[in-house]
Amino acid sequence: MTRGTTMKLDPTRGACAVALAALAFPAHADEVQVAVAANFSAAAQKIAAQFEKDTGHTVKLSFGATGKFYAQIEAGAPFDVLLAADQATPGKLVTEGKAVPATLHTYAIGKLVLWSADPALVDGDGAVLKSDKWKHLSVADAKLAPYGQAASQTLAALKLTDAVQPRIVTAENIGQALQFVQTGNAELGFVALGQVQPPDGSRPAGSMWIVPASLYAPIRQDAVVIASTKVDKAATQFVDYLAGDKARVVIKACGYGW
Amino acid sequence: MSWGDDGQAVLLTLKLAFVVTVLLLALGTPLAWWLAHTRSRWKAPLSALVALPLVLPPTVLGFYLLMLMGPHGIVGRATQALGIGLLPFSFAGLVVASMLYSLPFVVQPLQTAFEAIGARPLEAAATLRAGPWERFAHVALPLARRGVITAAVLGFAHTVGEFGVVLMIGGNIPGATRVISTQLYNHVEAIEYPEAHRLAAILLVFSFAVLLGVYRLRPQGALVAAPADGAPRA
Repeated sequence: MTRGTTMKLDPTRGACAVALAALAFPAHADEVQVAVAANFSAAAQKIAAQFEKDTGHTVKLSFGATGKFYAQIEAGAPFDVLLAADQATPGKLVTEGKAVPATLHTYAIGKLVLWSADPALVDGDGAVLKSDKWKHLSVADAKLAPYGQAASQTLAALKLTDAVQPRIVTAENIGQALQFVQTGNAELGFVALGQVQPPDGSRPAGSMWIVPASLYAPIRQDAVVIASTKVDKAATQFVDYLAGDKARVVIKACGYGW
Repeated sequence: MSWGDDGQAVLLTLKLAFVVTVLLLALGTPLAWWLAHTRSRWKAPLSALVALPLVLPPTVLGFYLLMLMGPHGIVGRATQALGIGLLPFSFAGLVVASMLYSLPFVVQPLQTAFEAIGARPLEAAATLRAGPWERFAHVALPLARRGVITAAVLGFAHTVGEFGVVLMIGGNIPGATRVISTQLYNHVEAIEYPEAHRLAAILLVFSFAVLLGVYRLRPQGALVAAPADGAPRA
């Protein structure tokens, strides 16, 4: 608690801060535990900081694979909100009565990119996939990760599935898919635009092809409040905040649509 | 529920553990022998290095191996210069990583066993004109027999159970790097619990059987700090 520390150091300023806080913030500030899909980490951190400033609530973020969060929530993990990487998982939680139906909505639509750390490797239309300029293509597991599924749909649409199969390395999640390419062990990888796009909107490093949305089913990422939450007001407020203007500026800058 | 992928993962895991155990016994024995007999000031740092995988999180080991063995890493540049290519995402890469990971489980029981023999049987053999190789092969090795078996069994079992390192450098390629533990993890992530239970049961029974065997062999001892059998009463 930094506010407490300030009071000790300087009683006058501390008192002012408390008075201001009482004016600006609701009567009691809650702590919201949010489970965030790994691909959305950078955006979630920015939005959470903004939300804390605007509402006085505290947000605790945990990053990981959506499938793992599902298993943990099933087992009673104390999350108040899930920002999933897909629609299926939040939908399943709603069906099972483990999430609040009214709060379910799409907070971001992910964009798939073919990315290389080599600034000269990837061309503007992904023709590099047909070349022999690379040995390994890093892809997230299609069974576990929505971006992996989108990648395999893209390869199927390009009729390249069989041709590239021997050169595919499967990552456990989209974070690892990026890691394989960043370390240079795979020359190419299908990752989320949100991972390689700097949050200030500048041009990403390396080279990339933004896969046309017509080649894969939209990666809709849904948010939902978990039914067992004890801070339902603050949790709902956070989920609503994601659809607000301030959050959407961040979401767009980070490489997502909505 | 078919065995297809799971069966392949089981076979690959056994192959990996076998290759790693054979190589580790070959390389670990001279190292353990040296550690058991040296008075060099390098003994402590080298022992610490050998024991490092016991305490280092496997993901740390895996991450740095991914960096080192990658095209920009020292090891990666060397293997490319030698024409071997890059090690991540290959069976050879898993063998190298597993050898580092299981090193203490092979070296420490061997070292303890060699130390427990003491100098006297070897001196006695020397007075009977046994050469250094004969002293090692016909005196030390038979006396350290249980240490050797413990080392082999623990090295094998520990490699079978390896997870974090494989996850970091494997790339989950069927028949090359998809082992039991990563396959099990994928089943859990994909909410395929029956398949996960089946693989988990195999690992559980296997691990228990291995430890039971080791403890039967040495009912009195703790696992890694293995006393050698029969310090000779001669």
